[in-house]
Amino acid sequence: MIPAELQQLAYLAAAVLFIMGLKGLSSARTAVRGNALAATGMALAVAAALLDAGVLNWQWMLAGAVLGSGIGALAATRVQMTAMPEMVALLNGFGGAASALVAGAELQSYWSGADAPGLVVAAAIVLGTLIGCVTLTGSLIAFGKLSERLPGAALRYPGQQLLNGLLALFVLGLGVWITLEPLAAGTGYWLLVGLALLLGVLLVLPIGGADMPVVISLLNSYSGLAACATGFVLGNSGLVISGSLVGASGLVLTRIMCDAMNRSLANVLFGAFGAESETAAAGASQGVAKGYTPEDAAVIFSNARSCVVVPGYGMAVAQAQHAVRELADLLESRGIRVQFAVHPVAGRMPGHMNVLLAEADVAYEKLVEMDDINPQFAETDVALVIGANDVVNPQAREAGSAISGMPILDVDRAQHVFVIKRSMNPGFAGIQNPLFFHDNTMMIFGDAKGVVLSLVEAVRAY
Amino acid sequence: MLDNPATALTILVLSLFIGVEVITKVPPLLHTPLMSGSNAISGITIVGALIAVASEEPFIKTAFGFLAIVFATINVVGGFLVTNRMLAMFRGKRERR
Repeated sequence: MIPAELQQLAYLAAAVLFIMGLKGLSSARTAVRGNALAATGMALAVAAALLDAGVLNWQWMLAGAVLGSGIGALAATRVQMTAMPEMVALLNGFGGAASALVAGAELQSYWSGADAPGLVVAAAIVLGTLIGCVTLTGSLIAFGKLSERLPGAALRYPGQQLLNGLLALFVLGLGVWITLEPLAAGTGYWLLVGLALLLGVLLVLPIGGADMPVVISLLNSYSGLAACATGFVLGNSGLVISGSLVGASGLVLTRIMCDAMNRSLANVLFGAFGAESETAAAGASQGVAKGYTPEDAAVIFSNARSCVVVPGYGMAVAQAQHAVRELADLLESRGIRVQFAVHPVAGRMPGHMNVLLAEADVAYEKLVEMDDINPQFAETDVALVIGANDVVNPQAREAGSAISGMPILDVDRAQHVFVIKRSMNPGFAGIQNPLFFHDNTMMIFGDAKGVVLSLVEAVRAY
Repeated sequence: MLDNPATALTILVLSLFIGVEVITKVPPLLHTPLMSGSNAISGITIVGALIAVASEEPFIKTAFGFLAIVFATINVVGGFLVTNRMLAMFRGKRERR
């Protein structure tokens, strides 16, 4: 056992390292070092905790740490970059589970002792359990949708919001009762755990696949807030600081994602986006979109000076990022300037497209953000849209559609637009995209990877 | 350690402000590594898990703590490793140029 002051200082140092680590993420140049700083902070915090905990039950600690490290290391080295949203969803869930378990463990020891926890500690135990459990099952459902083990579409049924609302109210009431009577609440606690787990499932089920960037960000925030609550339970400032940093991070990302879709958080969580897609899409035909071949595209490329590639979820699904890089290299060798325009909500999590392009060795200087690239489209010869739809839908600039007001990439202002798409099915928003029917748009139907590879062939042969 | 809940609340609120300030400066380019990295940081709950395991009574507390250690270590180890893997890809490009 070391003096409490020294432990406090160790946790403070860890928190400082976390903050410096997150600051390092403000540029790609300093980010690796930032991550290492944060990891050092974690090692310091664990060391302080070990000195605090002592050697009792060290076998359990060792076994848990070995098991967890093994699983974590295996997952981190094996996971495909396209599967990163699933990985982050799982990690969110595990973070929530760990915090709920810590809160529960503290309650168990109050039960077996004579003292009751104070009001704040009791409330923190309840909140840690509640947020942690909701995060766990909510993340598991998000994981299921992202990995397509569950249907990605929004699952809705009559009375859903009423049921969820009543359940949430009941859980909150139960939480208040446990806070006031923590020692008498044996069955109540287990009921709280069960209902919170159920609530997590029910809250995420009605949210469709393409809204997952918001959901993952929000669950990320919850996992931090759950850790923060356990900090209140244990009276540990290190947990409070680190937990709230993560909580803030998730909230900032959630807001950025909502802004990029011009929708409120409430609309994403409870709005029926994508639910009526089939019916809404059926009527809206606006002529015939013409299919072209990669050879047609090669002719256009032969006269082009500049190209902006717009990747979307279709690129991730088809694992087409390496083929895209190959095409970009080839075009550049023909003297064409190639840039990549990444919409904030392209893909299934914040930054998804950037990671895939980085994996394929695309220099990050060529990845241009929406506000910087939009003025350039008018002088762009070719905009190449790969598996993106709603983020390039010009209807967003007009009133009266489901995506009105959403910031989009103005690809329709380019001289030529190539759209690589599997079929004419509408995007997530369930509305038809007039871009596909423009005179300067060439649709090339097929799997993104296959089409891009045949584009490479065609450009080489031309 | 933190006997006064008001102190804990003070720390919470100030940390939230720091968090928002710092995270707002992270470019969209690095949002995915930011999420996996903050996953790793939320594994800080391992501190509570270790303390929970090291208690004499009752066994269920040790069991809860053990499970919490497993989950939290997956977060810490998996989170930092996968973040490093992603960030190395971003850095690699620059050095080769």
